[in-house]
Amino acid sequence: MQEEKLSADIENIVKKWEGKKGSLIMILHDIQNLYGYVPRSTSLQLSKYMDVPLARIYEVITFYHFFKLEPPGKHLVQVCMGTACYLKGASDLLLELRNILGVNEGCTSNDGLFHLEVVRCLGCCGLAPVVKIDEKVYSKVTKDRIADILAEYEEEAVAK
Amino acid sequence: MAKLIHAKINDIPVEVNEGTTILEAAKSVQIKIPTLCKHPDLPPSASCGICIVRVKGSNKMLRACCTPLEEKMEITTHDPEIVAIRKSVIELILSNHPNDCLTCGRNGNCELQKLVADFGITEEYFPKIKRDLPKDDSTKAIILEPEKCILCGRCTYVCQDMQDVWALSFLQRGIKTRFSPAGDIQLSESPCIKCGQCAAHCPTGAILEYYDVPKAWAALQNPDKYCVVQIAPAVRASIGEAFGYPGKNFTGKLYSLLRRLGFKAVFDTNFAADVTIMEEASELKERLLEGRKPLPLITTCCPSWVDFMEKFHTDMIDNFSSCKSPHEILGVLSKTYYAQKNKIDPSKIVMVSIMPCTSKKYEIGRCDEMHASGYQDVDIVLTTRELAGMIKQAGIDFINLPDSEPDSILGDYSGAAVIFGATGGVMEAAVRTANYLITGKELPKVDLEAVRGLEKVKEAELEIAGKKIRVAVAHGMANVEYVLNKVREAKKAGKELPYHFIEVMACPGGCVGGGGQPYMVTDEVRMMRAKVLYEDDKGKAERCSHQNPYVKQLYKEFLEKPLSEKSEKLLHTTYKGVPVYRK
Repeated sequence: MQEEKLSADIENIVKKWEGKKGSLIMILHDIQNLYGYVPRSTSLQLSKYMDVPLARIYEVITFYHFFKLEPPGKHLVQVCMGTACYLKGASDLLLELRNILGVNEGCTSNDGLFHLEVVRCLGCCGLAPVVKIDEKVYSKVTKDRIADILAEYEEEAVAK
Repeated sequence: MAKLIHAKINDIPVEVNEGTTILEAAKSVQIKIPTLCKHPDLPPSASCGICIVRVKGSNKMLRACCTPLEEKMEITTHDPEIVAIRKSVIELILSNHPNDCLTCGRNGNCELQKLVADFGITEEYFPKIKRDLPKDDSTKAIILEPEKCILCGRCTYVCQDMQDVWALSFLQRGIKTRFSPAGDIQLSESPCIKCGQCAAHCPTGAILEYYDVPKAWAALQNPDKYCVVQIAPAVRASIGEAFGYPGKNFTGKLYSLLRRLGFKAVFDTNFAADVTIMEEASELKERLLEGRKPLPLITTCCPSWVDFMEKFHTDMIDNFSSCKSPHEILGVLSKTYYAQKNKIDPSKIVMVSIMPCTSKKYEIGRCDEMHASGYQDVDIVLTTRELAGMIKQAGIDFINLPDSEPDSILGDYSGAAVIFGATGGVMEAAVRTANYLITGKELPKVDLEAVRGLEKVKEAELEIAGKKIRVAVAHGMANVEYVLNKVREAKKAGKELPYHFIEVMACPGGCVGGGGQPYMVTDEVRMMRAKVLYEDDKGKAERCSHQNPYVKQLYKEFLEKPLSEKSEKLLHTTYKGVPVYRK
């Protein structure tokens, strides 16, 4: 990420919210929408621009689950742990994903390809248990299909 | 006249001024409501919930620490249900506390431990949740152990509001809430200035000074080493508190004690404070009369303040006195002047400083100039609290020791030196000598009352040789910006400078309120400790640094004169900006 580019982006975002009280959260939203996470360097710049201590910015970022401090994986893997999926064995799926990706939920795999998350109900209980990768929903998933599903994305990454 | 509030607490009628909290009102009728997060020095954070009380007519419990008593309130502070709730709160705190009390730095001196004992809690009711938070000893001055934190919020208040440093904050939420250096990094990478106010206010062992006592014992027991020691002004006024004798001057007993501990020579930082004044007053004179370097002159005895300035006020570097702090000066003198005079190999000398301060632990390695003698000038720094621990370990009946004298000549001091430990003291001492250096005459009255006391910023105007000299004294890091901004504004507008001389101490009250002093400091305690120092000053035959005959001897035998080439090399230092994010 280019330092100069970063500054200009932040400046634009801060200007957009200038003069509005309690705008820190909105600004952090905009930054996360832009980069997918809130990089430390932008927090440092923000602290300078807004004259808000870095400590306060991190208090806000870490208070809300929404904000992320690490770059997200290329693909977002969401395991539904809503009631229906849970009863249909979603925890086995989560365990398998943890094993294959080598990370816990909320973290990104070492190769940066997958970010693992747990969600509560994707609104398609009839297809339970479901795993969603980016915008694609995989229905009635079984534990032994997980590796194959992930392989699609890995091959795609290699092909590119 | 404040409005009076009439109410009943446990059926006892109370009459207090409007705005008095239930906690305070209860105290006035000898009722002790237990507290944990509340520190008498700080505003209530109302985070722990142990001080809950019942109000007649309401089914809600109120927190006594932050609720003002209202007219006709009927309060119950103790009944079985209230006590049971308080107990549950403590049990919940224990559910993620390591409970390694026996090996904790606060063993026997912990507010949580005391409360658990008071409530007769003998078993852990809730299953244990281990937090697995790493210890941070990156600064070698302050140790953070977030696993022992009870989330009272004292340290974050102290760091953010009292000191304006913003090194500590809470991160995350709910059960995951933890305190951490800002932005979740190591403390040494944060804006932390090592003032230790967080440690002095922490109720548990979550924040402690870096424990150097084992290092001191090892040096004392090493036959190849020649251990020497110095005590800071503020230590003599507070060490008694650790043994149940507050408000007394223990200088003479400390000298005896330190010899018993095995130190071969016992010096007093006060001697070096007199030397500091000789150098600093000479600097002031030079700046006032010759103007080679800019005014105002700003004091640099406080290493936390130096750290703060190097991080956040680099535009003021030229205004900083280049003079080292007294304990560094004594360090270098012990390994040069004293060593030469007594034919001791300086490589064998171990200098231990007993300080009211955690930041001095950082200062001894601040830059190469802290090795001016060719060796590290001060080897070990112990806080007042650490010394109290050593006294207990050594099995010495400190309170009943006979008084004794320090080792000559690095131990004798004037009245001006001992007041260094209180806010305004350095200023007062410097003015006494600067006046003499400039006019050649002694002041008819040496007391400068305008710079004493706990007012956040103290300003005074005096006349030296027909010239008006304006001085300012700030203590508590949050109060410094006001003074510096006044200087900046005047400079920018091309106006006359608001001050010629500024004293800054990071800790509220100055060193008597230092981060390494005995726990439970309040303004009352700060005043009590300062009073000890001012009385010591008053009782001295020589009350100005330039009158100290041994300081004269030192210059005659060794340093020649203030700001001489040798003085500059040994007693002075330089500063440079340290890039760190703005708070």
